[in-house]
Amino acid sequence: MCGTCGCGSENNGPKILKPGEHKHVHGDHHHHQEGHAHSHATHHHHDGHVHTHDHSHDHKSKVLIIEQDILQNNQVLAARNRGYFEAKNIFALNLVSSPGSGKTTVLERTLTDLKDQIPFYVIEGDQQTMNDANKIDALNVPVIQINTGKGCHLESDMVFEAVKKLEMQNNAILMIENVGNLVCPSMFDLGESKRVVIISTTEGEDKPIKYPDMFHTSDICIINKIDLLPYVNVNVQKLKDYALKVNPKLQFFEVSATTGEGMQAWYDWLKIPS
Amino acid sequence: MHELSIALGIVKIAEDETAKAKAKKVTKIELQVGVLSGIEIDSLNFVWESAVKSTVLENAEKVIDIIEGKGKCVDCDTEFEMENIYDCCPNCGSNFKGILKGKELSVKALEVI
Repeated sequence: MCGTCGCGSENNGPKILKPGEHKHVHGDHHHHQEGHAHSHATHHHHDGHVHTHDHSHDHKSKVLIIEQDILQNNQVLAARNRGYFEAKNIFALNLVSSPGSGKTTVLERTLTDLKDQIPFYVIEGDQQTMNDANKIDALNVPVIQINTGKGCHLESDMVFEAVKKLEMQNNAILMIENVGNLVCPSMFDLGESKRVVIISTTEGEDKPIKYPDMFHTSDICIINKIDLLPYVNVNVQKLKDYALKVNPKLQFFEVSATTGEGMQAWYDWLKIPS
Repeated sequence: MHELSIALGIVKIAEDETAKAKAKKVTKIELQVGVLSGIEIDSLNFVWESAVKSTVLENAEKVIDIIEGKGKCVDCDTEFEMENIYDCCPNCGSNFKGILKGKELSVKALEVI
């Protein structure tokens, strides 16, 4: 889907590719600036009371009572993914973070250290490039890249299509690396078993309350780049306190994917998922 | 800007329901958006025009019911207004709470012709 106008043109739709596969681009996609319309948005504030409307009108319009959740489509497909993972005993993790927190490095390190013990599969989500999928491919781990184009998050239908291409064996771990973005992916269930939010020590301790939705919906919080703590002005306990304020059930791992410090606790958790 | 995905979800619901009712277009749409739903109404308004262009929702009047947030403390049962998802219990300070209201994100009704 095109992020500028929302049209479903092929060029701007999500691309789901294995490393080595080619993209086919057909023609160009233009946005025309057309006449300006104006919307009439009215805001009603509810104060808790239920009111009924009289919906009779003198013209032939009619009122349809819908009461439908806007995210329902995504949730239905997420439930389908989840059922598939459960049936195959696949532990699926949705890795979310802001760009640059070290998501891919944590993933690469984990795969390098554990791939001989546990079968892994990876779905990489980025707006553009096959770079991350190529990194994972170099480790000989099966991977599918989803390029969302202008889209800022993965949705369950993209994961559904990617999973079909992966042809996974039973009893494995599926790592879904979401688009680097601490806002949008929080609303979109992919069917994962657990959601893992990664934050690095260079990001500032109040990030959990600045971007609360992501921390609210996550199960695990990995604090990465702890090797940089002597150089940055961040109090890890304060960061955790903020995160717990948003989500009292959050479980933490403090790691450095570069030096390997703290990674063992994360590996132990991966091997025996609670 | 996940509001665009949300707007497109709304368009899909409107297209489906309008077709089901054998109507031509939507003249008015009523949405419910909770303050804890994760949606910025300004952002939704910003993407609205491009999302509804050439759909049954083009030119439809959009009415948004904003649902205030309400939580209930797990520790002391106090019910309280919530503006943010991390608001703690004003009575005992606990962070453990259930969200009673404010996560809504739905299409409530359509007026079609």
